[in-house]
Amino acid sequence: MNHRDSEGDNAVETVSASTTYASDDRPAQSAPSEVTEHRTGQGRLSLAAKGVLPLLLLAGLLVVFGQVGPIGVFRAAFPPIEELTFERIAFPQAGLIRVHLVNGGPEPVTVAQVIVDDAYWEHTVTPDRDVGRLENIVVEIPYPWVDGDPVAISIVSSTGVTFAEEVDVATLSPQVNRSYIVTFALLGVYVGVIPVFLGLLWLPFLAGVSTRWVDFFLSLTVGLLLFIGVDALEGAFSLTGRVASAFQGVGLIVLGVVGTPLIIHALSRVGRRGADVTPLGLSTLIAVGIGLHNLGEGLAIGSSYAVGEVALGTSLVFGFLLHNTTEGLGIVAPLARSRPSMGMLAVLGLIAGVPTILGTWIGGFSYSPTASVLFLAIGAGAIVQVVTVLARSMKSHERDGLMGPLNAAGVVVGLIVMYATGLFVAA
Amino acid sequence: MTDRQDDVDNQAESGISRRDLLRSGVAGAVGLAAGAGALTASNPGEAQPRLTGAGDAHSPELAGTKGDVDLSVFDPTAFLKDFDYGNVSTLPSGQTQREYQMVAVDREIEVAPGVYFAAWTYNGTVPGPSIRCTEGDHLKVTFTNAGSHPHTIHFHGIHAAGMDGVFEIVQPGESFVYEFDAAPMGFHLYHCHALPLKRHVHKGLYGAFIVDPPEGRPEANEMMMLMNGFDTNFDGDNEVYAVNTVAFHYQRHPIEIEQGELVRVYLGNTTEFDLLNSFHLHGNFFRLYRTGTDLERYEWTDTLMLCQGERAVLEFTYDFPGQFMFHAHQSEFAELGWMGIFDVKPRTVV
Repeated sequence: MNHRDSEGDNAVETVSASTTYASDDRPAQSAPSEVTEHRTGQGRLSLAAKGVLPLLLLAGLLVVFGQVGPIGVFRAAFPPIEELTFERIAFPQAGLIRVHLVNGGPEPVTVAQVIVDDAYWEHTVTPDRDVGRLENIVVEIPYPWVDGDPVAISIVSSTGVTFAEEVDVATLSPQVNRSYIVTFALLGVYVGVIPVFLGLLWLPFLAGVSTRWVDFFLSLTVGLLLFIGVDALEGAFSLTGRVASAFQGVGLIVLGVVGTPLIIHALSRVGRRGADVTPLGLSTLIAVGIGLHNLGEGLAIGSSYAVGEVALGTSLVFGFLLHNTTEGLGIVAPLARSRPSMGMLAVLGLIAGVPTILGTWIGGFSYSPTASVLFLAIGAGAIVQVVTVLARSMKSHERDGLMGPLNAAGVVVGLIVMYATGLFVAA
Repeated sequence: MTDRQDDVDNQAESGISRRDLLRSGVAGAVGLAAGAGALTASNPGEAQPRLTGAGDAHSPELAGTKGDVDLSVFDPTAFLKDFDYGNVSTLPSGQTQREYQMVAVDREIEVAPGVYFAAWTYNGTVPGPSIRCTEGDHLKVTFTNAGSHPHTIHFHGIHAAGMDGVFEIVQPGESFVYEFDAAPMGFHLYHCHALPLKRHVHKGLYGAFIVDPPEGRPEANEMMMLMNGFDTNFDGDNEVYAVNTVAFHYQRHPIEIEQGELVRVYLGNTTEFDLLNSFHLHGNFFRLYRTGTDLERYEWTDTLMLCQGERAVLEFTYDFPGQFMFHAHQSEFAELGWMGIFDVKPRTVV
């Protein structure tokens, strides 16, 4: 599209230049110049018309189809297609359940009754029981849920279709107050910020090793990133089933994974035509990628915490620290031959780590599977970009780039490190 | 409800549990944070005090469906005492003949407030009319199938094979006349016997068939209660349970009876998918006459279990005025609609 447009602009410039030239010879050329301008205007008009024509025809077809079209042919008699998707089930206080739903289906849905744990129950629906396409509702149920027990909620539509969701462990949902803000921030600090900063401390070590080994550690970073990228993608795909179909979970993933690297790439090119990325620029890119990844991680942490899925057990934080500390190594690997200031390192650490805190807040206070899928996909997309840049920068040192024996080994070691440290976390 | 539960579980598994590592890892982080004493209020659970209003959510008024069905279409309270004695005439032999017109029609019915079910019905209601006669009467039932599927009427009782409503399938638009002498006395059923049987019964083609003993039963306040259920989402499990179709109807509209009067309940089980249904009476015991085929009391109890198609006659008298529940003693059925109340009015002094 862009290419086409610029071509069109050039054509116009050329023509207008010739017109200017012609107007120097005033009387003789005035008539032809008019003709030329006229033709140009007509050319643009007709080009625009060519672009719009299919859209106009489409609009016309839709109108005709809606009025007299054979829609009945495509509509099954029974049952109507209904869809209500659970966005969030909250337990704001004892004796109350609050359910957020969205109609992501093709037809309006009317909420008739609510079943909690196989019992019809009193409830209110805001704003309305008739839920149009893409409309949201909140169902409040005064139900004496039991702390620590599972709760199954089923919404019965007017046609008798049921939409069910179960919460594994009912527990008081976090409220936006100082105590919870601090708690979530601390969660973020422990699983996101501290490990990253610990990892940054590898910089002096990296500064002391040879270029070949710096490349090895860069490759190792690639391995780490690939691992968490695939992990984020897996997370995104596993959530697509919970995204209202109208919001197209898989579509969001494609958008995030393909769009993010292209946008980051374009932004990193602004103002530096053709120049290679500086080590600091590379580190920043990695920090941004890891930061986006950590945002997704924070979302999962916060939402798990909010829905009571966080099992009790303190020892596993060590596995988590180990797992995320490697992220810091990834950030400083490109800086092995630079002398970055402490302040700059701190900023990089914050870029990578702080999103975890943001994620825990968003996930804990207003979880939405739709937003989570998008964030996770953006994180995965950012990693695609970072890996591409790392691979290219390595080519400048070694002819085979990532495929050189030592570097390839680095990638594999990176994958193994993530897998091994993951074992601690998953235990 | 087991199938639905499984679905729910499957959904939950593919859900938030994005990574087990997070779950457990976070727990560690929380523990560490708390252990480090870094939190002013280290346990968020405690930071939010338990609300004192928790008890309110246990209030009995909160259980049940919301709103009411359109009673002008079908009123279960009226159905209780709506017995169809047919068109009565006397045959030359002196035998009493009762003629009935039965029409099968497809119809959407409201099984819980706002919840509609595409039913197959006899004469437009589920259950169908409560056909009542006396032992030895000659019955002539003209059945017309105005529905979209083949149907029959299979009467329980003693009659000729050709009148059994099993092999004589009545196609849409066609008719059939069932003729037989009513026997034996008791409380029986009739229902469609076209295949698939489960579907035809569950869709609503059933009703009560009472054959009174020639000498009659003691005078009483009589009522018909067919326990039924509806699988509104076609998952092979009932979403709605009730007596006489509408969930919680007799809880919203308690059945008024009088202190000291004899009450006779004709209780049948036409529930599909669940093998058993049951009846439990609060604050009282009842005399049980199984299938109503004997005038001798079978048992004196307060809870009765009936298999699919089984029925019984229950007799009781309330000594105390006030509101008394009756419901399935399967708590799940009770909370999904099979729940009602007897409102016992103080005895009127004559």
